[in-house]
Amino acid sequence: MSLIEAVLLTITTAATPLLLAAMGELVAERSGVLNLGVEGMIVMGAVVAFAIAQLSGNPYLGALCGAIAGCVFSLLFGLLTLTLVTNQVATGLALTILGLGLSGMIGESFVGEPGVQLEPIAIPLLDQLPLLGPLIFKQDAIFYLSILCVIGVSWFLFRTRLGLQLRAIGDSHGSAHALGISVIKTRYYAVMFGGACAGLAGAQLSLVYTPQWVENMSAGRGWIALALVVFASWRPLRVLAGAYLFGAVTIGQLHAQALGFGIPSQFLSALPYLATILVLVIISRNRRLTLMNTPASLGQSFVPDR
Amino acid sequence: MRIELERRPSHSALFSVVSPFIALGLTVIAGAIMFNVLGKNPLDALYSFFIEPLTEVWSLHELAIKAAPLILIAVGLSVCFRSNNWNIGAEGQFIIGGVAGSIIPIVFHEWDSFLVLPAMLIMGIAGGALYAGIPALLKTRFNTNEILSSLMLVYVAQLFLDWIVRGPWRNPEGFNFPESREFDVEAILPELLPASGRADLGIIFAVVATLLTWFMMSYMLRGFQVSVLGQSARAGRFAGFSANRMVFFAFLFSGGLAGLAGISEVSGAIEQLQPVISPGYGFTAIIVAFLGRLNPLGIFAAGLILALTYLGGEAAQISIGLPDKIARVFQGLLLFFVLACDTLIHYRVRLKFATHSELAEEGA
Repeated sequence: MSLIEAVLLTITTAATPLLLAAMGELVAERSGVLNLGVEGMIVMGAVVAFAIAQLSGNPYLGALCGAIAGCVFSLLFGLLTLTLVTNQVATGLALTILGLGLSGMIGESFVGEPGVQLEPIAIPLLDQLPLLGPLIFKQDAIFYLSILCVIGVSWFLFRTRLGLQLRAIGDSHGSAHALGISVIKTRYYAVMFGGACAGLAGAQLSLVYTPQWVENMSAGRGWIALALVVFASWRPLRVLAGAYLFGAVTIGQLHAQALGFGIPSQFLSALPYLATILVLVIISRNRRLTLMNTPASLGQSFVPDR
Repeated sequence: MRIELERRPSHSALFSVVSPFIALGLTVIAGAIMFNVLGKNPLDALYSFFIEPLTEVWSLHELAIKAAPLILIAVGLSVCFRSNNWNIGAEGQFIIGGVAGSIIPIVFHEWDSFLVLPAMLIMGIAGGALYAGIPALLKTRFNTNEILSSLMLVYVAQLFLDWIVRGPWRNPEGFNFPESREFDVEAILPELLPASGRADLGIIFAVVATLLTWFMMSYMLRGFQVSVLGQSARAGRFAGFSANRMVFFAFLFSGGLAGLAGISEVSGAIEQLQPVISPGYGFTAIIVAFLGRLNPLGIFAAGLILALTYLGGEAAQISIGLPDKIARVFQGLLLFFVLACDTLIHYRVRLKFATHSELAEEGA
């Protein structure tokens, strides 16, 4: 394997959790729900996936349970913001704080334990292609799922009736309700999908990226995923591009750290976060364009007046 | 079964007082269940978590040390949240305040004057306020989401502190430990009652900030502007209030208080810079702000309660062998219950049980 191949491969590994978490959040936000708890759901997914994989020896079962954990955890957010109409920003923060605490407690006994890794699956024939072969067709299951997720979400949002309804709810929940679409139920499903994606992203971190459990191992990825959705102006393919761009920045700074260059490592570690701010500034600068792209009822609670 | 909400004609005065207490009660019950699941006697565990830290004088001092930064930050955040600006980067402003305030005792440590401490505090406030000014500037000039930018700056601040303590500011006589030099005596925040414990002036700052902010929010035009612009930006515009200026005011105010909390912590409790100076005060303060219902006086009480969870976490670790992360679980649960209970202020909650005819309808 050449050096370039190796670098590109690590970029896909770094990009996959961002991609998954951001795709899930995109669906939730398209339905009008701003879930700031992505970080908490990722870290819950990571710890549950690691624990189950370690106890059962089966990483696939671990990944599945990670996704379920994210989904169940997001239900807590749904119950509060959708049924009890609490403030979405504050509730999302609560989910993150609780997730970081709870995962630390669950993972206490797993710190330093060797993990179970999700092995790559080679797709016959295609994996023989030069460069692309090992890069795209010799990856772990979660990578394939992340790509399928992009295709599936694009198709669902823009080619199906349910997708249209979901977008309608996100743009004007009052009108959607008047048309007889069930706003709350659809939002519950969207939030749960977001939770499952974030949980799977967490599973990728603890089963593929670094197969071990470290407290707070999400390291701000949930927040970067949130920024990616804005960056992508709520479009799935742009999320894909953005996730890989951020994966490249993350890996680039790691390689720069290894090479030295005399730049303190902390400055390089800060790069992905600074890049996020920079990208947000560039994208949001045009007020009118941002307003057009943002789902109009994003972050607003809905109480049906029957 | 279905939960249905019915909007009250006006908000319930009863529940706006009672709801934080219901939330506290529910958190304690949830905690008891959690302790039970972990195989501990719930009553013993709750006792050592919430009561034991209050039984000794020295630990009351510790409570004041933990509560001071929480209250300072949360009082600032309450103004921010009330004006509908979401500064969630107080943790970063706390750190930068601590670093900026430490410039004098570390770089100019030969300077020996009674002015050292006041200058440090002012620089801490300025550092925190300027750091909070970044998301405000980005929001007003470039329309950038302040939630994400302020949060990203937390990570940047943490890394900056780590670099400066391990690099340029490392103690030359410190045997290569990643610590700054220890502050000289004139750079240390005086203790209130050195005979009985460590509590320092920080808690006095918290009291003063609480009272001043309460006065501002209740009796001054600025406080009125905060509430009007927060509840309806449109109404505020008609009244001639500038939304952009409010963004700056809210961020600089909360950032300044977070910076004051940071330098007070560094010069009071730690007495030097270390790679990590905050056990998440900036995030816990968000819970404090909401538990106090964004009211400065309520926040003061809420700060004491959340400080207790920190002490309780340490106590639970020592006396009954529970991981100290349990404190963060409590904090997260508490915020959930607070938010859920606040629904009761504006809505009546009805549990609807489906009747047989409705079930038949759904089945049909």
